[in-house]
Amino acid sequence: MGEHLPILQVILPLIAAPVCLLIRHAVLCWLIATLVSWVCLAIAILLLLQALEGGAIRYQLGSWVAPWGIEYVVDRLNGFILVIVAAIGAVVTPYALRSVAEELPERQIGLFYVMYLLCLSGLLGITITGDAFNVFVFLEISSLSSYALISMGRHRKALHAAYQYLVMGTIGATFFLIGVGLLYLMTGTLNMADLAEQLKPLAGSRIVLAAFGFIVVGMGLKLAVFPLHLWLPNAYAHAPSAVSVFLAGTATKVSLYVVLRFIFTVFGFEFSFVGQPFGPALLVLAIAGIVVCSLVAIYQDNVKRLLAWSSVAQIGYMLLGLSFATALGLQAGLLHIFNHALMKAGLFLAMGCVVLRLGSCRIEAIAGVGRSMPWTMTGFLLCGLSLIGVPLTAGFVSKWYLVLAALEKGWWPVAALIVLTSLLAVVYIWKVVEAAWFRDPPGTAGRIGEAPLVMLVPLWIVVAANLWFGFETSGSVDVAKAAALALMGAVE
Amino acid sequence: MIASLPPGLLLIGGALAVPFLRGWLRWAWMLALPVVGFVDLIGLEHGAHVTVALFDYELQPVRVDRLSLAFGYIFYIAAFLGILYAVTINRTAEQVAALIYMGSAVGALFAGDLITLFVYWEVTAVASAFVVWAGNTERSYRAGMRYLAVQVVSGVLLLSGALVQIAETGSVAFAQSGLQSLAGLLIFLAFGIKCAFPFLHNWLQDAYPEASPTGTVFLSAFTTKLAVYGLARGFAGEDILIWIGALMTAFPIFYAVIENDLRRVLAYSLNNQLGFMVVGIGIGTELSLNGTVAHAFTHILYKSLLFMSMGAVLYRVGTVKGSELGGLYKSMPWTAAFCIVGAASISAFPLFSGFVSKSLIMSATAGEGLLFIWFVLLFASAGVFHHSGIKIPYFAFFAHDSGKRCKEAPLPMLLAMGATAFLCIGIGVWSEPLYALLPYPVDYVPYTTAHVVTQLQLLLFSALAFAVLMRTGLYPPELRSVNLDIDWIYRRGLPAAGRAMARAPAGLRDALAAAGVRTAFGFLNRLVRLAGPESALARTWQTAGMVGLILIVMAVYLVLALV
Repeated sequence: MGEHLPILQVILPLIAAPVCLLIRHAVLCWLIATLVSWVCLAIAILLLLQALEGGAIRYQLGSWVAPWGIEYVVDRLNGFILVIVAAIGAVVTPYALRSVAEELPERQIGLFYVMYLLCLSGLLGITITGDAFNVFVFLEISSLSSYALISMGRHRKALHAAYQYLVMGTIGATFFLIGVGLLYLMTGTLNMADLAEQLKPLAGSRIVLAAFGFIVVGMGLKLAVFPLHLWLPNAYAHAPSAVSVFLAGTATKVSLYVVLRFIFTVFGFEFSFVGQPFGPALLVLAIAGIVVCSLVAIYQDNVKRLLAWSSVAQIGYMLLGLSFATALGLQAGLLHIFNHALMKAGLFLAMGCVVLRLGSCRIEAIAGVGRSMPWTMTGFLLCGLSLIGVPLTAGFVSKWYLVLAALEKGWWPVAALIVLTSLLAVVYIWKVVEAAWFRDPPGTAGRIGEAPLVMLVPLWIVVAANLWFGFETSGSVDVAKAAALALMGAVE
Repeated sequence: MIASLPPGLLLIGGALAVPFLRGWLRWAWMLALPVVGFVDLIGLEHGAHVTVALFDYELQPVRVDRLSLAFGYIFYIAAFLGILYAVTINRTAEQVAALIYMGSAVGALFAGDLITLFVYWEVTAVASAFVVWAGNTERSYRAGMRYLAVQVVSGVLLLSGALVQIAETGSVAFAQSGLQSLAGLLIFLAFGIKCAFPFLHNWLQDAYPEASPTGTVFLSAFTTKLAVYGLARGFAGEDILIWIGALMTAFPIFYAVIENDLRRVLAYSLNNQLGFMVVGIGIGTELSLNGTVAHAFTHILYKSLLFMSMGAVLYRVGTVKGSELGGLYKSMPWTAAFCIVGAASISAFPLFSGFVSKSLIMSATAGEGLLFIWFVLLFASAGVFHHSGIKIPYFAFFAHDSGKRCKEAPLPMLLAMGATAFLCIGIGVWSEPLYALLPYPVDYVPYTTAHVVTQLQLLLFSALAFAVLMRTGLYPPELRSVNLDIDWIYRRGLPAAGRAMARAPAGLRDALAAAGVRTAFGFLNRLVRLAGPESALARTWQTAGMVGLILIVMAVYLVLALV
């Protein structure tokens, strides 16, 4: 049983999805999804522990030997990402019960869990596989299901957002496939480890360069690198609340993982950073994304849209760490993947509670909601502090390492920029806090109550994690450090 | 068991229980916290107590030495008196915020490294902003926001300094840093803001008078003295502090004389008193540093006492405008008496606490041969007597009778004021226990004939000046007015200039644009145009536009990579 954990990680949700499709009963489907997502989390943790202790786990699918067969590989890096994805999934599923029942028509609820499980399975699959083409397959599974999930939003705008995401996501996936195709053309293999070996003598090839471009731009779109982020704000803003939480915490992180895997493991550090000005280009895009999207976030009146813009800005911080091309920078970037998943999930969870009670999350609608929903909004405030990077929260830890990495490179202005743009985050978080706590509720509003416990508990688990990982940092920091060193170790 | 707990966490942890307690139980609980903390301090041994590893650094959340302890004792005393004073008013939010604020201020005193210091520093900032907001008026909300912004900037500077120090030296320790390095400069600026250096001081006069009657008492004791402690620890002996301090003692006097809101007068005089401490740090000798610590100790007491008496007036009468008060000694005789004790202490009358601490600094100044500075401090002393020693009690309790009649202050307030007044006189009469607490051994006798005579001459002539000016009608009358200070530049000047720009005729605008001024003022407008909801960056794009964009990015890459 233990040796089959890698395949169980993916196949469980993949099988549970058609089962739900047959059942179609809302609560039963929810129960199955919850159980599956918890088991997935347990498996992910076991896998990470194994990878941390005994090194990479390799699993040959159907006993077909790599590089001919498909191989699943769990090392420190993707073990870490698996835990993030599975943990967010495990928190969102119980939360979805009330949130989805409120926001979706009765007949769609069963389908929601089908799509949700498919999406989970796709994201886990992308992360765990060691085969380049298999990444594409799982990418399509997760993408198609996420288009469907977004389109289930209650407003017509959700349909348009999902359509735009579909067009853009398909182009991104196609680019990725073109890149993988070019690599196959040059090497005749699709296994990542094998690709890395075969590509070494081909460093000067223009076709490999083109492949690099297609893969990075294609995944860059899924990852919402500025300026390829335009699909994201509407998709997150109009999706059902539970979907916003899930996607914000997982989808972009997994795409970033794929980029890391390709530029470090497949193409190699030399090719990516030394052979071409990839680092500086990324630095420019990251900074532009951080500054522009933080500013745009300040002027948003829909809190979910505000948070979505802030996500694009936060992705900039992760890429910033990557662009330093140092172990410390990479460690900071990886930490921010983890911490951002925590804080953004918490913020979207809180907004989901507000939407449940108020039916809206526009700034003018949430005036005074802090008084009627103190637990929800306190949770929002704490996660917001984490987003800003206040000490004793998780966000502080990753900002701290990011600044240190910038200082290590001697890039003072970048370090200053990280601190200054955190102040922009203060502005947009405060905008929400001020409305919720310091303004009087609109006169028309009737009395509303606190969110139900089944939603508050997941929210506060995430809030507690935000505080816990800000204080007890050895866990997250050590894993990120080990993963970063493992990635860089390929070169040094 | 408690000894292993970092000082300060007691108050912070205790604050969390406050909302769940009711009635007298809550008061007993809140009053017990600083007492237990105080006893705990007595039992602390010197040296580093606790080390914690955070990230890759060895943190020192608790480091005990005589400097920290001296401030620690007075912080707990001030906390106890402040809470006792506030027993009358039941405002949960203010109580919780004040306890967290005081606890983190105590914690900061014992922080052995910059990261711990920064954490406590920011907690004091945020918690004290809530104390300001507990004033519960529109004005206090706005003042609290400005206050918080300034405090957060101070915290960010401190953090930047810490980061630079770590990058340069690899050490997180909070020790004497000096102004030679960038790290030292950043930290210095962070402390300077909290210490209300000239031109960085306005948050103090802006925010303190807007808090509730009890809130101001809490606020006045901790934030600035924490900064004084930080300067004493990190920058003792930096010459520039002597000049900064001298300027601080002198310029607030003019504002204090013309200000009408008596709590704001006290805020200006707070600034002036900080100047004495800063001068002491700048001189940096054992005597002067002792003077700084002693002055901080006595200052916290008498400034609290003065703010308490004005708070009691505000609580009973509803205003502390000098123009609307007068003759209150008939209604509030006890409050008036305590106020006079505070006034005598701040004026450094012999036998009152200010005398035994300020003369340490004055002697240190004279001992170093800093004649000019000595004269400035002398002038400032006369000024203090004038605006705090005479003006405050005179306009509130005597002067022309305003006809206002009210009840005497409530009993807890009187008790708190009485205890504080007792300490003020006690220290003035029997200064040895205070001297024993100071960081360096004290060999100093405050009551020499020369000291006493100099001080009395000074006080008598200052009183004479006040009397003559009042008699001849030359004294600036107490008008309802708003005095302009540095903050006018950022609160009114900049926005007004921006509005003026928008309305100015095109020719003038072009002329100014040539001078580059427009860029600055147009910046905000452009930002809205750039990032606002309707801007190209923020609005929803057509799908075709998005597709075009990704094609452009791909094409650019291919061209750059392959050509």
